[in-house]
Amino acid sequence: MPELTYADALREALREEMLRDSRVVLMGEEIGVFEGVYKVTRGLLKEFGPERVRDTPISEAAIAGAAIGAALAGLKPVAEIMYMDFLPICLDQIATQAAKMHFMSGGKLKVPMVLRTQYSLGRVHGAQHSQFFPSWLFQVPGLKVVLPSTPYDAKGLLKAAIRDEDPVVFIESGVLYRARGVVPDGEYVIPLGQCDIKKKGNDITIVAVSRVVNEALAAAAKLDEQGATAEVIDPRTIQPLDLATILESVRKTGRLIIASDDVKSGGIGSEIAARVVEEAFDSLDAPILRVASPDTPIPFSPPLEQAYMPNAQKIIEAAKKLIG
Amino acid sequence: MLLRSSEHANCGSRDMSPAKPIQSVSDIDYVKHGLTKEFLLGMLRKMIEIRRFEERVERLFLQEGVLIGPSHLYLGEEAIAAGAIGALNDDDLITSTYRGHGHAIAKGAPMKMLMAELFGKATGTCRGLGGSMHVAIYPEKGSVYATAIVGSGIPIATGVGLALQMEGKRRVAMTFFGDGASNTGAFHEGINLASVWKVPVIFVCENNMYAMSTRADYAVAAESVAARAQGYKMRAVVADGNDAVAVYLAAKEAVGFARNGQGPTLLECMTYKLKGHGVYDKGDYRPKEEIEAWLRRDPISGLEAKLLEARLATPADFEQIEKEVGAEVEESVTFAKSSPVLPFDELPKLVYARQ
Repeated sequence: MPELTYADALREALREEMLRDSRVVLMGEEIGVFEGVYKVTRGLLKEFGPERVRDTPISEAAIAGAAIGAALAGLKPVAEIMYMDFLPICLDQIATQAAKMHFMSGGKLKVPMVLRTQYSLGRVHGAQHSQFFPSWLFQVPGLKVVLPSTPYDAKGLLKAAIRDEDPVVFIESGVLYRARGVVPDGEYVIPLGQCDIKKKGNDITIVAVSRVVNEALAAAAKLDEQGATAEVIDPRTIQPLDLATILESVRKTGRLIIASDDVKSGGIGSEIAARVVEEAFDSLDAPILRVASPDTPIPFSPPLEQAYMPNAQKIIEAAKKLIG
Repeated sequence: MLLRSSEHANCGSRDMSPAKPIQSVSDIDYVKHGLTKEFLLGMLRKMIEIRRFEERVERLFLQEGVLIGPSHLYLGEEAIAAGAIGALNDDDLITSTYRGHGHAIAKGAPMKMLMAELFGKATGTCRGLGGSMHVAIYPEKGSVYATAIVGSGIPIATGVGLALQMEGKRRVAMTFFGDGASNTGAFHEGINLASVWKVPVIFVCENNMYAMSTRADYAVAAESVAARAQGYKMRAVVADGNDAVAVYLAAKEAVGFARNGQGPTLLECMTYKLKGHGVYDKGDYRPKEEIEAWLRRDPISGLEAKLLEARLATPADFEQIEKEVGAEVEESVTFAKSSPVLPFDELPKLVYARQ
């Protein structure tokens, strides 16, 4: 089976959808002539021209706003916000404009757009170029939020996001761009709102998100050696969230860890834990634990950043507390 | 005829007096400009529709107490919606704001659906989910958005223009906003990108001289809103926003540029609210003399006087319009009051286009 990097898989998705649908237009900072700061858009300006691969000024509100307006008037824009840290600059456009248009127009308006962005935790980018706050978006009804962890998922989910009729925030992980994985030849689309069980297990459920999925798989391999089999579930989209798959696993294992790069307070783990307690309290044999980033800004110093990030060892320690 | 903002020292926020009309159309050659009796009376009718609708809305709030929530009336600004939208084709697109009743009427949204929306009824333009600040969302007639956040519609209009530019059918977009919006980042980012991409958009600033109670001559650090366009290599025009014909002619020219691929225009229309910022605001922070001076330049009686002077209409024409509009307004209230509210369990189905 052919292998691709996460960045190449994303580019294949963009290219295939641009070939498939002439309404798909890319816009963002440095995506054209420079071919993207992480080269996700390499070759696309040459192939599709400056009308469909549009460099923009450093104007996040205008990028997001123009994507919304273009979507309202018939295009299917894929806008790029270079770092997730820059997303709050255009949060009005995403959360207050795009997310509410369908609802507050009584269902008349549609905003079929994708806002691609990435978070660079783990790349020594410091406090203002590493942030990851998917729960801010998860709290906004009307947005869909996608977090691919593998090249295969990145391609299939991006194609689904582009074909979707709602505004989708597509959050990539900067440390994964060069990660390789199997991506089959030919067309495939992964529907939004379906968990993927990355590894089967019976003793503990680990729900992991984005970059941390790989850490969870490494932890699960170690736990296997020690005789406790972990089931690793990647939600892939947190809005819509496939809670059913998580609940089914928890009912089997009785133990749950949620591991993600966002800070612990009010994060993805908080929401999933609350929902599992509401729906499957009787199935739990132990407290739910979260492995997340601590509630501080992200430190620059490389060893401090490594200490800050969730990793396989922290997941193993949490698992040991639960299994005893 | 049209004055560039840079050529006119007395326009814009530094002179808030209406005493010097920015553009006089008293000796305009109506025939030469293709302004037929039918067209001009149609424009007047739109203005009267807006005026009577808004007056009725105000009574429903303040006297009858049956409408509640924020509502921002278009009273006094009717010439801008009627004139600017009058320069568009039916298939051109607009975006509006929280002060959008007038834009919606001018673009052709049915009055009864607008009134029903203000009542929060399922028969409203937004099925009762938008309310006054979003009532102008009526894509059926090309009104594709109305935002309640000051300035936020400006970059969105740039994107609407991009879609129309790429479509290649010579359609244009027009967006409305106020003097206050010209101080937001969204304005500057939005018009810069519009100029970079040369999109076919007419940015219509309704400069009513106050952002809530904050005067433009305090808060706009520029000679005028139009003067800001120069910083973005954008064409700019100032028009007398209380003169529908002046607005129409300025908009028509801007629309022509946009249709021909010559890029966007910032059209600043100088006007004044008859009332305060919102329906509950009396606007009494404004100097009495200023209010009185502007009241003497009422856009509706002004246009009527010109039509009489040019012998393009008679008082009987106006009476006929008033009669018909009055009946339409009352019908809209009856319709709104008797309409149902959307069932609550419909709401989750409307969050996403694709569940």
